[in-house]
Formats: sequence, C-alpha cells, structure tokens
Amino acid sequence: MVTTINQNAGLDANRPHLKLDHESIALEATGLNLYYGETQALKDISMQIASERVTAFIGPSGCGKSTLLRCFNRMNDLVDTCRIEGCIEIDGEDIYHPSVDVPELRRKVGMVFQKPNPFPKSIYDNIAYGLRLQGVKSKRTLDEVVERSLKKAALWDEVKDRLDDNAFGLSGGQQQRLVIARAIAIEPEIILLDEPCSALDPISTAKVEELIIDLKESYTIVIVTHNMQQAARVSDFTAYMYLGELIEYDDTAKLFTNPSKKATEDYITGRYG
Amino acid sequence: MIRKWFKSGDPWIWLIGGAVTISVIMVIGLLLMIGVRGLGHFWQPPIVEATFTSDSADEQRNVLGTIRSLETVSAQSVRESGVSVPPAQNFVDRYLFKLGNRDLTGQDFEWFIADRLSDFRYPLDAIQLQRREWGDFFGYLEAILEDGEVVAEGEAAFDVLAERLARTSEIMRQINHIERYEIGDINKKIEAQRLERRRVELANNLAPEEKSRRFAEIESNVAQLNAEYDVLFTELRAVRDRSLRDALVARTPDGRTVTIPFANVVRATRANAMDTGEKLVEYGARFWEFLSEYPREANTEGGILPAIFGTVMMVMIMSIVVTPFGVLAAIYLREYASQGPITRMVRISVNNLAGVPSIVFGVFGLGFFVYFLGGNIDRWFYPEALPAPTFGSPGLIWASLTLALLTLPVVIVSTEEGLTRIPKAMREGSLALGATKSETLWKVIVPVSTPAMMTGLILAVARAAGEVAPLMLVGVVKLAPNLPVDGEFPFVHLERRIMHLGFHIYDVGFQSPNVEAGRPLVYATALILVLLILLLNLTAIAIRNRLRERYKSDSD
Repeated sequence: MVTTINQNAGLDANRPHLKLDHESIALEATGLNLYYGETQALKDISMQIASERVTAFIGPSGCGKSTLLRCFNRMNDLVDTCRIEGCIEIDGEDIYHPSVDVPELRRKVGMVFQKPNPFPKSIYDNIAYGLRLQGVKSKRTLDEVVERSLKKAALWDEVKDRLDDNAFGLSGGQQQRLVIARAIAIEPEIILLDEPCSALDPISTAKVEELIIDLKESYTIVIVTHNMQQAARVSDFTAYMYLGELIEYDDTAKLFTNPSKKATEDYITGRYG
Repeated sequence: MIRKWFKSGDPWIWLIGGAVTISVIMVIGLLLMIGVRGLGHFWQPPIVEATFTSDSADEQRNVLGTIRSLETVSAQSVRESGVSVPPAQNFVDRYLFKLGNRDLTGQDFEWFIADRLSDFRYPLDAIQLQRREWGDFFGYLEAILEDGEVVAEGEAAFDVLAERLARTSEIMRQINHIERYEIGDINKKIEAQRLERRRVELANNLAPEEKSRRFAEIESNVAQLNAEYDVLFTELRAVRDRSLRDALVARTPDGRTVTIPFANVVRATRANAMDTGEKLVEYGARFWEFLSEYPREANTEGGILPAIFGTVMMVMIMSIVVTPFGVLAAIYLREYASQGPITRMVRISVNNLAGVPSIVFGVFGLGFFVYFLGGNIDRWFYPEALPAPTFGSPGLIWASLTLALLTLPVVIVSTEEGLTRIPKAMREGSLALGATKSETLWKVIVPVSTPAMMTGLILAVARAAGEVAPLMLVGVVKLAPNLPVDGEFPFVHLERRIMHLGFHIYDVGFQSPNVEAGRPLVYATALILVLLILLLNLTAIAIRNRLRERYKSDSD
C-alpha cells in the first residue's frame, strides 16, 4: 500500500466540498484513490465526516460507496489486490500509517454489515466477544456491558430471558440489532453501517432506523444505503457517489430538495440510467 | 409414446431408484450374512448320533457330533475322491459333521454321504466338552473320578459334573493368575536386573570397585528373585496337582473309554437335554467368553479380547495423532498459505496421498518408523537392551503412526472443506470487532468448523479400523500374549505388538491349521469388527451432531 498525501487535494475548487464549520470532525479523507488490481474503484475522494451525526452514502450499485466505507476501518486490507493512495485521518492520525495497530483501529471504528452476521454462539457470548478479546474477564463487567448494549440496541426486552440461546434463533431484524449491539459493546467512536436494512422487512427496518437516530447521540454514524427515503429519514448529511467519484456532498435536506448537480437530481428523482 | 415417457424423466427416476435399491440390498445382505453366521456360532446345536455304513456295506460305525452343514455336490466329484456312488445318481447330498475327539481320531470334521447315514438319534446323555487342548469332545458321560476313585456314576454323574467343573475352573483361574502375573512379574524383575547389569557394564564413568559392588548387588537381587520364583513355582505345582484331582470318564461313540481331567475342560454341555432357556444362558456365556477371553489353540478357540483391545487402542492413538496434525495442516493451507501454485501442488499431493495403496504406507512405516525412528530411540534410550529391540521392532505406536499417516489426507481435506464453507461475513464480523486474524481463527472459525473436522475423523476411523495390510508390517501379530495396557509401569506399553480384528480374521480364516474349526469364528470376528467400527463412528457422529447443534448457523 502506498500512502501519499496530496497536499493540494482539499483545495480543488471543482470538487464537491462541504464546509462543516459548525461541526467537530470525526474523520477526514484526503485525495483518496483505491485500486482493485488495475481497476480504479475510488477516484480522488476528499471529505469530512461530522462527529455525532449520521452521514449517508447513496448512489447506484458499484459506485464505490461500500468500498469507501470499508476504507474507514481498513476492511479492504482483506482484499489482496487492493491498493490505496491518499490519506484518512481519525483524530488527526493517518489510519494507513504503517505504525497503526489495525485491530485497535477497528475497535475504534465499528462496522455492521449488509447481512446480519452473528457468531454461532449464544446471544450473551456474541455481545461479550469484543470485550473478551480485550481481556475483560470479570463476569460483572460483562453482564453490565451486555445489558447496556442490548438496551441501547433496543433488543434487551426481547432477549433478556434467553441470553444463553444461540443467536441464530433470532429473527433477521433481531440479529441485525444484535450485531449493532455487539458493535457498540466495545464503545467505538464511529460506527459504519453497510446497507444494514437491505435484508430486513419494513418493520425491522423501522426499528433499526429508530435505533440509528438514537445512537447518533453518542456515536458518529456513517451509513451506506440504497434506499433514498432511508437516507432522507435518518441522516444529517448525504453524499452522492457515482462511478467511484464523490459527486455531491451536502446537508441531507438540501441534497434531496435542491441538489446542486444535475446528476444528483436525476438519481434522486429516479431518472438515473 | 415412448419418447414422451423418456422426456418425462421417469426412466431416470427408475434408474436412480434401482441403483439405490441395489446398494441397500447389498449392504443389508452383507450385514445379515455376517450377523447370522457370526451370531449363530454361539448357539448350541443338537448332538446327532447316526449309523454310518461303509462302502462295502459290511462295516458300520457310530457317528456322534453336531451337523455343521449340508450340501449337494455332483456325484462325479465324490466318485473321484474314492467313494462309490450308484451310477444312476448325478448328485449327492453330504453332511459335514463336527465330530471332535481330535486326540483320538486325528480329525474333528468329516464329510458323510447322506444316503449312507441311517437311524438319526438325539441321545439325551450325549455330552459336548469344550477343552483347553484338542478341541471339542463328543461322547457319553460314564463316571466322575476323584483321585482316581469313582464318586458318581450314570445319571448321578451329571449332577456333580457342573459342581466339579466349577471347582476346577476356579483352580485354573488361580493357576493362570500365578503364571501370568506373579511369575510374570518376577520374570520381568529378573529381566530388569539383567538390563541393569548390562547398563553397569556399558557405563564408562564408573570405577572398577564401584562396578563390582553393583554387580554383587545385582547378583544378590537375582538370587533373591530366584528364591521367590522357586517358592511360587512350588505353590504352582501344588495348585496344579489340586486341579488334577477330579476327572471324568467318558465313552466315545466307537466304544472306547477315556479319562479326561477337569483341568482340560472349559465347559460341558448336555445339548439334547437342554431347554431353550438353558441354551440361551449357554449362548450368553459363550458369547461373553468370546469377547472377554484370550484365544486358545492357535486362535481357533477361545476369545478375541486382545484383538478387540488392540484395534481400539490403535484407532484411538491414531485419532489422537491425526486430528491435530491434519487440522493444523488444513488451517495453514487454507488460512495462511498464499493460494499460489505451490499451495496448489501441496494440496494435489495431499489428495493423491489418499490414493496410495496402503501396503506402501506399511513399507514406509517399517522403514522409517520402525527401523529408523525406533532404532534410534533404542540406541539413545535403551542401549542396555540391545541387540534386543525395544522400540526398534514393530509395535502399537508404529502401527498407529502409520495409520495416522494413511488417514491424514482425509482429515486435511474435510477440514479444509469445512473452513471454506464458513461465510466471509463471519470472519469480517470478528475482524470488525478488533480481533486479529489468529483470534478470529481460534475463537470463531475453528470452533465453527469442528463438525467438519469430526467428519474427517469419522472417515479416518472407518478407514483405519478396517485396514490390515500395512499393519502386518508395523506391529500386528497373530498372537500377542500381553495387552498394551496393564498394571506394570508405565501402564501403557506403546512398543508392544498387538492383535487386530482384521488381521485376526485373515489369520483364523486362512492361516489356521484347522480351517473348519475357525470358519465360524471368522464370521463372528467380522461381526465384532463391524460392530466396533459402527460404535466408534456412532460416538463420533453423536459428538459431531452435538457440535453442529451448538454451532448451528446459516452455513449448514
């Protein structure tokens, strides 16, 4: 992986640049290029993510929004052919610097995936997994964290009597809230949600959306979604991406009511393609 | 019409169904045959007496025994063997009688042409004795002797028979105990002293005086052990004499009278006077004897305990070795090795290893494990016993290791398959929580793929337990007097040779001096082997199902 910092990237006038003057910044990407082998999947992305807000990435399939999301916790490292240029800073530290402890980074930047992926363990063990990795053994601490996380994920009432049951016995929506609870159990700063509702029915979706709005009280949330209503409902800021480029990035209200780019308007009004 | 029938797919269904049916019928047929013949061996058949008229029709003799089989053969082949058959007759029925009395007549099985036998009778007072030597005895009980004096005669003799037999059996057990354990123990101690002496001789760093002092010590130990041995030997003699107190007098079918000491009798049955209940009890006793006793008379009589024990031990040690080895290799191949041409080559080689004929593994085991590894272990750790080998000769551990090598590919392949089946999402889920690759592996991936590992182990066990050819080279023998586990330190003797059910079948069926006597044992042993593999597999499958239940996920 080659990490270069393009000093001029942030100053390019043509690039959609949202000034987040009144927000504190949780994450900043500068001049980010990503290649899968020869194919360039992300083209010169520069953006800031506001702290304790919900930021949504929208765009057609294959536009690179999931890829961008996975850059934030270095999930792309798992792809052998992946190469990244540019810089992503969290708390002022470049996360692609060779000295970065990747597991430590991922503890700080949690992630929830498209399909619920609980471990084939009990509900309790699923939540306790991250903490146990950090060496927490005290039963009392674990009990507390499990209860707190499940309550935050609005799942506690549904599962409190069967914490020792296999997590795969839960419904899809419950499983997705379980993995969210699992992610917040280790107190990350940022939570990345990669199309968290695409495998869920409308009622479960509504619950997860409520949960997202609750969670932004204490976490920075970045969500990738195909569902524009969802982006409009839950997010504060929205980024529209197309073919690996960040086309427009603005306040959600503004982007959906008065987009400044024609391409964005076409997409959100359904005229795309 | 036909075309339509073909297009409907029905012919395929019939074909597929037919294939399944044939397989099922073959499996059931096999099991039934082994089961019926194996289990039938322990049932006491009636004792038949018949009159046999010889060729010249002037000589008659009494035949007494059990009927083993009846078959129809062509008259021609009977004529060729020197028996005259009427010219009009094309086929001849003949009976195979088990006559016993090998010590008196020289053969205990004999064919008789059915037409020549007449006057079939089932005498109530006919007895069958299973003996420690010379096989079975068939005849009539005349009297019971104690110190040569008749204590019971005629019908009364039957009443004391069981009681005297029990007394002698108890004494025989004592004799066995003294011989096997007490005298065996002293012999081992004397052997240990011999080895100690050799060790002192080989030691270079000892002064001559020290050496001679140690020698003297060893001498005195040996003298003391010899004295102990003499005491035991005297005791053994006395017990043996006691065992010879009782004897029975029996009349053979051809009218001779013989005296048989009870010491030579294992069990006595009056088959024709037994009711079904008694026969069932007898059946149970014989079956139990088969499972729990050591073999007698070149393996054609007695039990197969050492073979069962050896097979189970070998398979267990094999499992203990092959599972971690195979699992670790599979994890490396699947999780850590970069998936390039070299890894592919390794994988192809591993798969092909499964196709190597097992005797080749036997040869490798003999050359590498026994001669090289075992020989070096002897040189380093047991120099005093040389040239007699300790580990440098075939034994349990080498047989197990050879089998482990043989079954390694199976475990590797199934574990790899299990690892591949785990969804990517599960790995990512763990990594996203800040787990390192190895934490993910050991806390999520490996537990979830344990059912696949168990599948590999099940296949390995099934293959290993049935394997015979390589074992003949690396540690299985036809008769191993000592089990690999006993009360002597270090309790588990991995260097000992073992008996094995598969080899036992081969040995009894084809290498035995008395093939007819051994044949039912072949089926019985085969049945036990099948049951044993079934038991081992069912255990493993039960464990796997519990693991599956525990790690139930969408991927299964």
